[in-house]
Amino acid sequence: MIKAILVFNNHGKPRLSKFYQYFNEDMQQQIIKETFQLVSKRDDNVCNFLEGGSLIGGSDYKLIYRHYATLYFVFCVDSSESELGILDLIQVFVETLDKCFENVCELDLIFHADAVHHILSELVMGGMVLQTNMSDILARIEEQNKLQKQEAGISAAPARAVSAVKSMNLPQQIKDIKLPDLPQAIKDLKF
Amino acid sequence: MALKMVKGNLERMFDKNLTDLVRGIRNNKDNEAKYIAQCIEEIKQELRQDNVSVKSNAVAKLTYLQMCGYDISWAGFNIIEVMSSNRFTCKRIGYLAASQCFHPDSELLMLTTNMIRKDLSSTNQYDAGVALSGLSCFISTDLSRDLANDIMTLMSSTKPYLRMKAVLMMYKVFLRYPEALRPAFPKLKEKLEDPDPSVQSAAVNVICELARKNPKNYLSLAPIFFKLMTTSTNNWMLIKIIKLFASLTAIEPALGKKLTHPLIELISSTSAMSLLYECINTVIAVLISISSGMPNHSASIQLCVQKLRILIEDSDQNLKYLGLLAMSKILKTHPKSVQTHKDLILACLDDKDESIRLRALDLLYGMVSKKNLMEIVRRLLGHMERAEGSSYRDELLYKVIEICSQGSYQYVTNFEWYLTVLVELILLESGSRHGRLIAAQLLDVAIRVQAVRKFAVNEMATLLETYPVTAAPNGTMQEVLYAAAWIVGEFASHLDGPERTLAVLLQPKPVAGHIQAVYVQNALKLFAHLVGEAVRQRDGAAIDRHCQTLAEGLRSYLSSADIEVQERASSVYFLVALLRESLGVGTEQEQHLGPNADGGLLELTPDVPGEPEREETVVPDETNIATSGGYTGAAWDEIEQIATDLQGLFVSELNPVAPKAQRKVQLPEELDLDEWINQPPPSADASSADGGSSDEDKFPLFLTDGGRGGGERETNGGGDESRSYKRIEYTQDELDKMRQARLLEQTNNPNYLKSAKTKKSSGAEYQQHDSYDDIPIAEIALEVPLQIHSTKRSDKYLMDAERATRVFVGKGGGRKEKGEKGGKKSKRRGKKSKRYSDESDSESDDPKPLHVVNTVIELPEGAILSDTEDKNNADPNDPHRALDIDLDAPFEDDYPPEMKRKTVNQHQHSVMLLRDGDTKANRPTDENPSGTEGKHRSRRDPTERSAVKHTSKTNDRHEQVDGGVVHEKQKKKKKSSEKERPEEDAMMLMIDEDPPAKGSVKVRTRKSEKGAEKRNKLVREEEGEDGDGEEKEKKKKHSKKSSKHHHSKRESKKSGYEEMPALVVGGANKEAI
Repeated sequence: MIKAILVFNNHGKPRLSKFYQYFNEDMQQQIIKETFQLVSKRDDNVCNFLEGGSLIGGSDYKLIYRHYATLYFVFCVDSSESELGILDLIQVFVETLDKCFENVCELDLIFHADAVHHILSELVMGGMVLQTNMSDILARIEEQNKLQKQEAGISAAPARAVSAVKSMNLPQQIKDIKLPDLPQAIKDLKF
Repeated sequence: MALKMVKGNLERMFDKNLTDLVRGIRNNKDNEAKYIAQCIEEIKQELRQDNVSVKSNAVAKLTYLQMCGYDISWAGFNIIEVMSSNRFTCKRIGYLAASQCFHPDSELLMLTTNMIRKDLSSTNQYDAGVALSGLSCFISTDLSRDLANDIMTLMSSTKPYLRMKAVLMMYKVFLRYPEALRPAFPKLKEKLEDPDPSVQSAAVNVICELARKNPKNYLSLAPIFFKLMTTSTNNWMLIKIIKLFASLTAIEPALGKKLTHPLIELISSTSAMSLLYECINTVIAVLISISSGMPNHSASIQLCVQKLRILIEDSDQNLKYLGLLAMSKILKTHPKSVQTHKDLILACLDDKDESIRLRALDLLYGMVSKKNLMEIVRRLLGHMERAEGSSYRDELLYKVIEICSQGSYQYVTNFEWYLTVLVELILLESGSRHGRLIAAQLLDVAIRVQAVRKFAVNEMATLLETYPVTAAPNGTMQEVLYAAAWIVGEFASHLDGPERTLAVLLQPKPVAGHIQAVYVQNALKLFAHLVGEAVRQRDGAAIDRHCQTLAEGLRSYLSSADIEVQERASSVYFLVALLRESLGVGTEQEQHLGPNADGGLLELTPDVPGEPEREETVVPDETNIATSGGYTGAAWDEIEQIATDLQGLFVSELNPVAPKAQRKVQLPEELDLDEWINQPPPSADASSADGGSSDEDKFPLFLTDGGRGGGERETNGGGDESRSYKRIEYTQDELDKMRQARLLEQTNNPNYLKSAKTKKSSGAEYQQHDSYDDIPIAEIALEVPLQIHSTKRSDKYLMDAERATRVFVGKGGGRKEKGEKGGKKSKRRGKKSKRYSDESDSESDDPKPLHVVNTVIELPEGAILSDTEDKNNADPNDPHRALDIDLDAPFEDDYPPEMKRKTVNQHQHSVMLLRDGDTKANRPTDENPSGTEGKHRSRRDPTERSAVKHTSKTNDRHEQVDGGVVHEKQKKKKKSSEKERPEEDAMMLMIDEDPPAKGSVKVRTRKSEKGAEKRNKLVREEEGEDGDGEEKEKKKKHSKKSSKHHHSKRESKKSGYEEMPALVVGGANKEAI
């Protein structure tokens, strides 16, 4: 069983947190913090396993992680999972993200946390590995996104328009409009 | 200004979506909390609107905030609203939020049952899929019971996607609702052969999780798994199956033989490292389980170890780690085959990776031998000096001690070395949390290895003197002072400079109270020894000097804030005062110590029955002398008498006591705790009786902390006015008689620690100690100078040992020069060395132990060490306990009634569901959520609601009680009682030399056991109450049931237990409408 899946960046900022066992929000943050401290002080060329922290798990649990550029992907698992298997699973997860976002980077995870959750839910369900075949996963995600688009087709047209306008970042643009410096212009007016 | 206004309006015009929120948070790094608070306000407003897409937008934002650590459970109802939307987009958002913030104890979940059921039966497979994914994160017991059937239906859906998710979901259902396992199991088994590989994989996954905790119930599935293993190509599933076989083979060795061949085939054919590794792991498990069955299994073990060696040597750190991990599994059963790779493991100790070092440390435990122990420990100490991170250093410290002390120090040949190592550890790690462990080791070695006692005592004296007492924040290293003080006191006769040590003990140090108390006690012991010595030398001045030192040194302890220290100090102080008085010297000293010397305390001193036995035997004599004596310048024989009496307080040898000895003490038959130990004081007036009884109440409290402190406390408690202790003065004859009677009683009393019968062995130990001196060291001229330059004292022993072995190997004749010293011993060694030269086996040149560990351990009669009483310490809350169900037995009869009934009522349900769904979908949207909630609440009949709750609960409990649980418990009890029988017989056989002397147990023993007895009694009472409680509960249930019937009748005109849960669901439906 997988107890938790955490993604955070090199500074410990959470980018995704999925707990398959209930912890309240404060505890979740503490766990993330502790895990970050454990993981971040390790070199890149040491092994990817370490004994679970004091907050999450205990002796039966292991932290298995991978470090990609600015992000750490950490899985907390018990002894029923194969260590190398989970490492492969992390790889599958990241590759799937890469396919879905086209050259995934941290920003994609920041702005599409919900999408990342949906992708993850095709890999792992309730702490158990659901699917490891990447093409199957991608097909499922594709179909669901299509469904979402269909729904959005008619009813969400206005919303889409709005979001399109919004992504133009109107407030910023309005701000950016350069008006002539009026007082100066007035001064410059010569009667 | 104007622009700002425009911007504000624009923002209000369009709701922020998730992207905006994230962008906003990133733009407001300085006042993030404030910004988020503002956003939450906005979200609250959005949630109040009627448009579902606005709401879902708000919920999506909340999900993000949840990840940032904000509690969003206040929006639970809105989340459910979004979940119930017809649009997939919203549903997805809703279920995601629910999976992040709901948990099995969320109360809101009872509102979701029908909605989830509707989603599960949706025609769109992704609706059901999303619902299953969400549900897997927050499913509760109620939901499991209510939805088990729906999920089971999905298991045979035509869509593989749903089958796969439903199969996995069933595991979560089993955990919360174990009754579902039996009916669902056949279907689950079916899914192992599903045409779709991912469904197969899911089923394997679920069964693996189930079988991990209760493997024996799944043995019958082995053939199917075997087939899967040989045909499947899905590595993930293969790994799971192979892991499952590892747990199955542990209980069914026959399976292992069949497995080895295909596994080895897999090992050679697969390219996936993960699969290879798991195969090796399982082969190891197989080999362990059939270690006796197969003739050539040692060859297979060798193969595995070889493979692991390749893994460990790999440059990939992960493989190295896993290789070491697997090695440790082999180590437990086949230590020999791992030992051949010692070099590799020792090399891993220097790895830069902490995880790998820790794994290697685990393996070290099995690597050590007499020969290399010193070398390994030296390396570990070196590591400790270099390592940063206190937890790793602590781990190292722990390992050093674990390695050395394993098997009663079976690999330690030189205990002087070991003590030196311990002292070094103490000085190295002042902040360690293993201080207590080191203290225990010091005590253990000092007590059990008599040959090094002298060394130990002097080492401890130095430690006491030099240990820098600093206020380490959370370290427990101070504890070693406790051990050190005790050792110097107890074995004072071995001390080189007892006077100096006495002074050290009397120097007040800022150590914890319980350690100071030991200081005081052992100062007295030392003092007794010193006085004895002085008397032997007829040195009156020395006695006086010692008295003075002690009396003055005690002064700071007398005013200690710690009550225990103060008390001990004052009793010691008055003991000394008495002694001096009887010697006729102490008069003027006494006066100027006036303030504490009020008469009350003096009078108490004679009433020492509460004191530990050893002291008690003598103190009356002391008083005798003190009171009768008006001696001035007492005659030497008189003084000698006092000195021996004083020493008599501490003469008897202490033996190590087995860890569980206290618990094994058997209950004397005639012990009655309700009986008065002493007659209660006549309750003349109410107040004094009250005082007395309150006193009485306190005593058990003190008695429970056991030992010395408790005893002394009681003596003082006797000082209370309401309790009148008579002072009886015995004549010498009477005292002698009493003492003899008591000694007799003690020898017959099984609960009393007897002095060791180890004279023989101790003699041998001394001899061997002598032989240590025989080892020729100085005379040898080595061709190659030793290259070791180190500052550690413990290294000296290593070098000595190395030299010694060189002597053995190089010139066996070295012993002859020393032959004169002890002919016998050298002969013995000569023989041995001859044997060594005969067989040049690696084991034979192990260094001979210099010291022998005393293995006598005190245990009460009728108890043996190997008693296993803590066997069943598994977590009682583990849901897997309830899942321990025999799945091969036919189950038609115990099909849970709810499920049966549900299948009957399915049709009716679906109709209701449809209606429910319609109403929900068409619900007029102008009604705001809080309003709806209010309406729901008001519509809900409170009595009905409670009925709902009761049904679910009582049914639950009922099922569990009726089901196998109770039955199995009884079985277990039977088994355990059967097991215990023969063991008891064996015990009786073992101890028939000591006749059971239960008759001679006297009141005092009762007193000391009062605490334990009381506890026992409490337990009994609790059990009794439990029984009552159960009955009561049953009654309650009964009444609840009947009341429930009532409701159901009233509501639906249907009656009967079978129908009940359906009605409950019906009720819930009504609520929703």
